[in-house]
Amino acid sequence: MVHKAQEPSQPTTVTFYVLRTREVDMLDPASPQVKTISDIFNISLVIAALILALVTGLTVYNVVRFRSRSDDEEPKQTHGNVRLEIAWTLGPALIVAFLFILTLTGMTKAAPYEVPTLRESDVAAGTQSTLPSDVLLRGHQFWWEIRYPSANVVTANELHMPVGKRIRVQLESADVVHGVWFPQLAPQLEPVPGQITYMALESDRPGVYWGACSEFCGAEHVWMQLRGVVQTQADYDAWLRQQSQPAAPIPAPPASAATPPPSALLTPTAGDPGRGAQLFRQKTCISCHAINGTDAQGHAGPDLTHVASRSIIGAGVLDNTPTNMALWIANPQKVKPYNLMPNLLLSSQEVQDLASYMETLK
Amino acid sequence: MSDIALLPETTEALPRAATYDGLLRWVSTVDHKQIGILYIATSLFFFVVGGVEAFVMRLQLATPRNTLINPDAYNQLFTMHGTTMVFLAVMPFLIGFANYFVPLMIGARDIAFPRLNALSYWTLVLGGLVLYFSFLAGGAPNVGWYAYAPLSDRPYASLPGVDYWCLGLFIMGIGSVAAAINLIVTVATLRAPGMTFRRLPLFVWMSFVNSFLILFAMPVLNAAVIMLLIDRQLGAHFFNPAGGGSPLLWQHAFWTFGHPEVYIMILPGFGIITEVISVFSRKVPFGYAFLAASTVAIALLSFATWAHHMFAVGLGPAWELTFSATTMLIAIPTGVKIFNWIATMWGGSLRFTTAMLYATSFLVQFTIGGITGVMFAMVPVDWQTTNSYFLVAHLHYVLNGGSFWTILAGFYYWFPKMTGRVLDERLGKINFWLNFIGFNMTFFIQHILGLMGMPRRVATYPPLPGWGEMNLFSTIGVFFTAAALFVLLWNIFITLRRGKPAGNNPWGGWSLEWATTSPPPPHNFKQVPPIHSTRPLWDLAHSGDQGSGAGGQGPETAGAG
Repeated sequence: MVHKAQEPSQPTTVTFYVLRTREVDMLDPASPQVKTISDIFNISLVIAALILALVTGLTVYNVVRFRSRSDDEEPKQTHGNVRLEIAWTLGPALIVAFLFILTLTGMTKAAPYEVPTLRESDVAAGTQSTLPSDVLLRGHQFWWEIRYPSANVVTANELHMPVGKRIRVQLESADVVHGVWFPQLAPQLEPVPGQITYMALESDRPGVYWGACSEFCGAEHVWMQLRGVVQTQADYDAWLRQQSQPAAPIPAPPASAATPPPSALLTPTAGDPGRGAQLFRQKTCISCHAINGTDAQGHAGPDLTHVASRSIIGAGVLDNTPTNMALWIANPQKVKPYNLMPNLLLSSQEVQDLASYMETLK
Repeated sequence: MSDIALLPETTEALPRAATYDGLLRWVSTVDHKQIGILYIATSLFFFVVGGVEAFVMRLQLATPRNTLINPDAYNQLFTMHGTTMVFLAVMPFLIGFANYFVPLMIGARDIAFPRLNALSYWTLVLGGLVLYFSFLAGGAPNVGWYAYAPLSDRPYASLPGVDYWCLGLFIMGIGSVAAAINLIVTVATLRAPGMTFRRLPLFVWMSFVNSFLILFAMPVLNAAVIMLLIDRQLGAHFFNPAGGGSPLLWQHAFWTFGHPEVYIMILPGFGIITEVISVFSRKVPFGYAFLAASTVAIALLSFATWAHHMFAVGLGPAWELTFSATTMLIAIPTGVKIFNWIATMWGGSLRFTTAMLYATSFLVQFTIGGITGVMFAMVPVDWQTTNSYFLVAHLHYVLNGGSFWTILAGFYYWFPKMTGRVLDERLGKINFWLNFIGFNMTFFIQHILGLMGMPRRVATYPPLPGWGEMNLFSTIGVFFTAAALFVLLWNIFITLRRGKPAGNNPWGGWSLEWATTSPPPPHNFKQVPPIHSTRPLWDLAHSGDQGSGAGGQGPETAGAG
């Protein structure tokens, strides 16, 4: 089974992340926006609890106090009381007025978006121009394309950002409506096809935060997760520099190894990265994937220039370990059935070669 | 008894082309009571179907990374579960009650247009069949019950499931509009002498107002699904940005229907709760005028709240604050109702029959759903919790713990009138407690799951801390609900075979449906009692000649728990 790779006998990156993030929990906010929402939520929760206690209390009192004792009891008939009615119309009115003020004050601080929202057709026609953004986040069925225009970095499913700095993310969709949600880091904002939305991100605590697509977007909606990696400015700059480098050149495969010995297990260490690099070209991988520094320039799938430096494969379906990478390449349709990468019917040696090539793309 | 008003017509049933026996009688009927029963039986069937879909979904979610069913099958299940429960279970159940009881409660012989009424019912059946035929035609729709474009458009949903979804909803929509017109005309024109609008039972009031909601909301949905069908079949671009269309147009259109729809599924239920609480507290509804007026207020406001479903697309502060305000406003008339029901119980003589148990627990459960609804109106809270399990919990507290609870209360309350036999109260109470435990176990914990970041509509989930345990707990609850369902079905079966005879008025009700036999004759009433207030039977019982009670029409207490 595919999911063997997730079992705790193997040290996996998921356990690592869970230890780092402890819990995905909006009540443990890591950004000023979620902190604001969390505060508002807690106030409304107290009010909600009081209302519920009042209604439950009155109902239980009714049940206990006015339970019928005899069959021919005829209670006093009260048709209504206008004062009471006005009281319990005004009471809720005052409560919602208070909640509305809370909403009003919280909105500017918590807003996940920046105005304006643009139409892609207007941008294409030149009647509107895009705002300068730190990150471009584009939803695809079922993965996230992430670009850093200023540093010429392209990555996937892992959004890095510096701590303590507000960044602007240009949000787009390549196909259907998706939703960006980092429960601890940023409330939901949905990329809608045909429009460009600007998202404001900010975090006050370094860490790796769990995120997911929040608007149902098709068969593999669940495995359209992402990670928010908040780093110190120095770490972030170093990461950006490293990611902007082209892939390291791969030595040609040893000429002697014409027919490698068949291996029963998928162990990427048994593969040869040089042969993997050749296979990457021959097996049509390059028509969908780009690797900066090579002639692979496909754009249908995620950029693989630094794939080995990321933490997840298939937008969260597997952790990025060498074994899992081999599992994925062997048959992506088994691991994540409705994703767009086909089963290329590779031999196990080819899988190992490709996987070991991927491992060199740090 | 001299002032009993005789109906101007004979006691014969309405003339029809032919009368049949057995199954053909049911197929050919234009009698509002039989059509009402057909509606209710059909809805009950679809409740079971939608329940089985939910059951399989919960089994899949019992453990993280479960592989019981594949993701596409899961997506089909939640789409069909939502669509079935909304359009084929809750809505037609309530229309069925209205069909059966509105004419009886206003002292009419039948609904205004009996043949149109039969047409409404059979379009529902046809729509349901078309929708479910999709399973045989390449797969059920798998795009969610609100089918957001462009996911529901041809490039992303190439199988015909969504086409069957559009057609099925369109056909059902026509039937619902016809049923609404029928009810409006019935209440407007067929009230018995003396039955003024100020004396209408509140169930009639709320079904009447509800019919206007259906009349104005359903055509919006029908237009939208036809636009989607044109996009899919004829290559138009209403919702396709590449051709100048707008995905948000679909969202606006769908929710313009979708939010009134929420109230379509609860207003008649409010009516049922009012009747049940009043009868089993042995008190007149507290604040009749406020209960009726708040219903009208809810109906009007419900058309101005739709965009609160769209806060996460970044509409901008002006839109968001407007719809936040209207949504909060609608909480006020709803809150008024809760307090009116509590006040109706206050000082009464409460008898906890199964119907009353459902009504009482409804008060608390619906309050939970209502309060979380107000929290969703707070835009920043919505940004964080929408599309999460917090939302799933909220909507089930409104629709399951709310609407479905009112339906069950109504079912136990009116079953004797419809069949002449009282549902076994012992089994009824077992059914209630299993349902109560099951429902709250399944859904309350989902609030917490949502706050912990679990998005809705996921076919499985990663083993994050706590998620597995909470989901398992939620799934265990479903077994109680399933057991409750079996108890209910067994109760229906056993009661129909050898249940206790109901008599005319087993609960001591005061509205006109209890003035006739159980089940009522084809023409409903031999004589309609005089109507001087909202409680004609109470007046009759207290008019001096209590003992005779006009042929056993006085309040009886048999069968009360």
